[in-house]
Parts: sequence; C-alpha cells; structure tokens
Amino acid sequence: MGPPLDKPLKIGSLQLTSRLLMGSGRYASHQEMIACLDASGSELITVAVRRVNLDQRAGTSLLDHIDRKRFQILPNTAGCYTVADALRTARLARELLDTPLIKLEVIGDPRTLLPDPLGTVEATKILVAEGFHVMAYCSDDPRLVATLADAGAAAVMPAGSPIGSGRGVSNPGNIEIARSLVDLPLIVDAGLGTASDVAQAMELGADGVLLNSAVAGAEDPERMARAMKFACCAGRDAYLAGRMPSRLHAQASSPEAGLLGEALSS
Amino acid sequence: MSHTLLVNGKPQEVPAGTKLPGLLETMGVAETQVALEVNGELVPRAKWTERELSAGDRIEVVTLVGGG
Repeated sequence: MGPPLDKPLKIGSLQLTSRLLMGSGRYASHQEMIACLDASGSELITVAVRRVNLDQRAGTSLLDHIDRKRFQILPNTAGCYTVADALRTARLARELLDTPLIKLEVIGDPRTLLPDPLGTVEATKILVAEGFHVMAYCSDDPRLVATLADAGAAAVMPAGSPIGSGRGVSNPGNIEIARSLVDLPLIVDAGLGTASDVAQAMELGADGVLLNSAVAGAEDPERMARAMKFACCAGRDAYLAGRMPSRLHAQASSPEAGLLGEALSS
Repeated sequence: MSHTLLVNGKPQEVPAGTKLPGLLETMGVAETQVALEVNGELVPRAKWTERELSAGDRIEVVTLVGGG
C-alpha cells in the first residue's frame, strides 16, 4: 500500500505530478536535452525568447524537439535587465506559446545575475493585471517573497544561490521562513548543484525545484537528471513525513534492558 | 520603389508596401514559431497582414531557444 499519494502541484492553470522543473539551456544537443528530460521525470521545461538569427538559420528549432503533449512549456524573461524589456519579452512569449504562464526574471546586473527585487515586484503587478500567471524569480528574502505573493504572483521562485553557481541553498533559514509566510507555490530556482541540494530544498518545504546547469553541466547529464528525480521525491516525502527532532546527545534505539553484562538481581 | 527597415538591429531593404508576412518570406523565416514586434510594440499574428511597414521601422523577429 504505502503512504497516500502526494497531491499534484498546481500553479495557475498548470497541474504537475513531478515537482522537478527543468531548464533547456546549455545542453550539448537537443538529443541530450530530451534524454535528460526523460530521465528526470519532469513535466515542465523552461525556454527563453531570443532574436531569430537571420544570418545563420538553424536546421531545427527547439520546439521541434519537445512533445507538447508530454511537457508544459514555461517561457522566461531571462536576460532582461529592465522592467520594460521583461514586459516586452513576456508579451512575445505569450504570443509564441499561447500560454499565460511566464517565469519573470528582472535581472540586476550581469556579474551576479541576481534579481532586481523592486523591478520584479513592479513587473509582476503589471503582468498580473494583463492576465499573466507570473512565476516570479526572486532573491531569498522572505519579505520580498511575501510582497510578490501580495502582488498577485502565481508562484514565487526564490534563488538558492546565484544562477549557474551550483552552490546549493545558501540560506536555508530564509527559504523556511518564506515557506511559512506564503501559501502559494514556492519553487527553489537557481544555484542548486547536486542531488543533496535538491533534497534539502524540498525538505525545507519548497513545492518544487527548477534546475538547469546542475544537470546540463554534470559529467553525465542523464544520470544526474535521474539523481535529481529521486532527490526531489525523497526530499518531498521527508518534508511531508515530518522529520524527527534533532538532539545534542545520543538516544539508544536498541533496548537498554537485557544486556549480557547486566548484574543479575537476586 | 523600396525602403529600409531595421530587422533585429540590421538594415533590410524591402519593396514599398511590404507587410509582415512578406518580410518573413523575403528573409526566409517560417511564420510558425516566431513572434513580431514593430517599434517596440507586439503585433499579434492575426494583425500581421494589416500592418504596412514604413521606412525606418524597427522590427524584432523572435523565437524560443533553450534556457533555464
């Protein structure tokens, strides 16, 4: 029998069984990306909006390789440094994919790629008013997460650590506090490097994680994708199960009575 | 009679009276899987044939690529 099944993750119009969200960047080939998606069990893939290269038309485009019956597609506004650019990109993405979903990124500067918190809140309000389901990439500040929830975001996506850094969850306490402040889906996005980072994020109460570089940048991306699937499930189950309290000193798990050397009572 | 547009930041000569589908054809871009902006404003696909392009118009032709 086992424990009851987890409920699906609902974000705006989305409903997902897998809580692992996958990026599609930095893969050696479309084939490698698809193999990793399969191994990850993910049902959602993020994509970016870019100018068509008019001098060098590629043979096939990304969408030719993604089965839209199997995968939800979440466009992002990656690379946008201003609210205006993020809005333009979101509108173009909606036109391209006919989806209200947008992973909003308003980036502060190219060196850290950390999100611009004020710009993110401003853009969230505007896009929500235009009918978008905004999944807001943000820093791990719990008050910012709460402000984005109040602004109408469909999900908040605090960064574990800087994009592509692979440093894991820098500030676990902030993720836990953020979790306690908002009811809407909280996805830890960015910075996760390996399976234990994913499990940790889920144990802290994240509803899901979004990964890209951790898989695409692994020596064996497909195997890492599978490791991430198990880590995500393990962390989620551990969170739902409720961990034991931690103690400073030992507490024996075997009975203390009946030991061989015990003095016989006369 | 022709005039020059700025397409994805580069000059592109087109016959006067060219509309967005004609521009894409000239440039060898398939209509599916692209979205278009003229002078910073999104032009929905349904309006592509209505929009006549003028000299100096800035056109953005975008598509989806891999990203996280």
